[in-house]
Amino acid sequence: MPEPLVRQDQAHFFASLDEDVLAAVDAVDETEAPASMWQDAWRNLRARPLFWVSAAIILLVVVVAIFPKLFTSVDPNYCELQNSLKRPASGHPFGFDFQGCDIYARTIYGARASVAVGVLTTILVTILGAVIGAIAGFYAGWFDALLSRVTDIFFAIPFVLAAVLVMAMFRAHRNIFTVVLVLGIFGWPQIARITRGAVMSVKNADFITAAKALGASRPAALVRHVMPNSLAPIIVTATVSLGTFIVAEATLSFLGLGLPPSVVSWGADVAKAQQQLRSYPGILFYPAGALALTVLGFIMMGDAVRDALDPKARKR
Amino acid sequence: MARYLGRRLLQAIPVFFGATLLIYFMVFSLPGDPVLALGGDKGVSDALAAQLRSKYNLDKPFLVQYVLYLKGIFTGNFGVTFSGRPVGELLAHAYPITFKLAIMALVFEGVFGIGAGLLAGLRKGKLFDSTLLVVSLVVIAVPTFVIGFVLQFFVGVKWHLLPVSVGSDVSFRTLLMPAIVLGAVSFAYVLRLTRTSVFENLTADFVRTATAKGLSRPRVVMVHVLRNSLIPVVTFLGSDLGSLMGGAIVTEGIFNISGVGGTLYQAIRQGSAPTIVSFTTILVIVFIAANLIVDLLYAALDPRIRYA
Repeated sequence: MPEPLVRQDQAHFFASLDEDVLAAVDAVDETEAPASMWQDAWRNLRARPLFWVSAAIILLVVVVAIFPKLFTSVDPNYCELQNSLKRPASGHPFGFDFQGCDIYARTIYGARASVAVGVLTTILVTILGAVIGAIAGFYAGWFDALLSRVTDIFFAIPFVLAAVLVMAMFRAHRNIFTVVLVLGIFGWPQIARITRGAVMSVKNADFITAAKALGASRPAALVRHVMPNSLAPIIVTATVSLGTFIVAEATLSFLGLGLPPSVVSWGADVAKAQQQLRSYPGILFYPAGALALTVLGFIMMGDAVRDALDPKARKR
Repeated sequence: MARYLGRRLLQAIPVFFGATLLIYFMVFSLPGDPVLALGGDKGVSDALAAQLRSKYNLDKPFLVQYVLYLKGIFTGNFGVTFSGRPVGELLAHAYPITFKLAIMALVFEGVFGIGAGLLAGLRKGKLFDSTLLVVSLVVIAVPTFVIGFVLQFFVGVKWHLLPVSVGSDVSFRTLLMPAIVLGAVSFAYVLRLTRTSVFENLTADFVRTATAKGLSRPRVVMVHVLRNSLIPVVTFLGSDLGSLMGGAIVTEGIFNISGVGGTLYQAIRQGSAPTIVSFTTILVIVFIAANLIVDLLYAALDPRIRYA
């Protein structure tokens, strides 16, 4: 056999005979239960640095929100005017704001309002949106038509504008629960739309027909088979919107329409910082940085979970 | 196309009535009396309150008020604020400013978002791409008002590069910084959208065909990849114009711009309920109209939508 013509300047690659491929196929234990979508996603998630970074941020913020006393013994509402805008000193690593309050203590205690609003709003929105969206998507008919028009109406009103409008009327009753309620009223249509889409794409799958053929009633098919298979997009959307709800609360507090001044909140502290920014930038930097880090944690978590749950993104 | 136009217009009608009714319902069913709030701590005398109530139709039932208000809107009468200025006059003053700002923000996010997104998509996984991704995440995570303060402080106060606030001098130079702040978050979204879309199209069959028939790389990228990647981006930019027109409350407030958002910001700070209600209602109308136009443009661009 003549030697193949080889050009010296050209790279050549030869496929190696790889017996391991077949060995890997043989190694699969057929008696074991197949990995579910969730196990696959979890295995994929564990390998992502983004997931661990965001998990660490979220864990830290949640611990700070629940046990602020672990991190500071200073009362965030104890302020001495003689300390106004003083630079960092021992025991007060972030310095003091205009009123002479300790910025470090206020940054630590501010986590509670943000996390509480974010988590409670997300729970409210997810339950409301998932139930309404699932019923509309699964049963279709007049309820579905009604829901589509109602979500259209809610989408026609810009989110911040609507929240501002309602909070302006709630002026006398401002607390965490009214803020959650207002954000929730205008947040549920998004989750409802996504749930509806996910349920509609699952409900005609063969395994649903099989469940019905085996005698599952329609509600049982919805709760036990359709919903668990529609959860992925709902979880991703909920995680990302948790971050956006925190921003929305901060924006409302910034406009003076969010939480009352008695509640320590990052948004309100940032708003107060506007006038004194020239004297001491730290007054803006610390609450704003804490807020941004928290939101970043939830957005990155949403990104990581979405990529892990999406086989198309995983392959690449 | 005519059928699609008709159907889309018909769909907008219930949304219009529903949204305006919802706003009216929210304002009038919630606790708090706008007439009494006008007097602040001093209160308002009964006679004056009654006079104001009949002047603003507040003594009539809820649905009658709503119908009267709609009638006003359709005849070009937007009502009068509690301080006596016609809302129409306020709007005529505010809208050109907001429009200018919105267009500048849109150009900023479009040009820089698409440009950066294209470069990142072509170099997916490289350092340049990861840096841009992190930057876009940070921009999304930092609230608009913080970006506004920081830029205002450094660019305006410390380095004296651009004016700190706008006020009555509305020019390209004064609006440049507010436009960047306003477009910042959407810039990050445009970047991410373009990047994903470019990367997906790079492996598409029509791109391989274009390369195989001997087209140069720049031509393949600019004509075949970019044009097809822009469809979702254009939709996003279109719907963004609607929301930019409808409420740059925070940005206009920070930079003291007397556009629609700034007027609303002042009204909120002063607790002036009638201005808030009228402006919000009109903004919703603008928002619906903008979305309608975007949908129609999109249907004109993409035949799959109008035949769906």
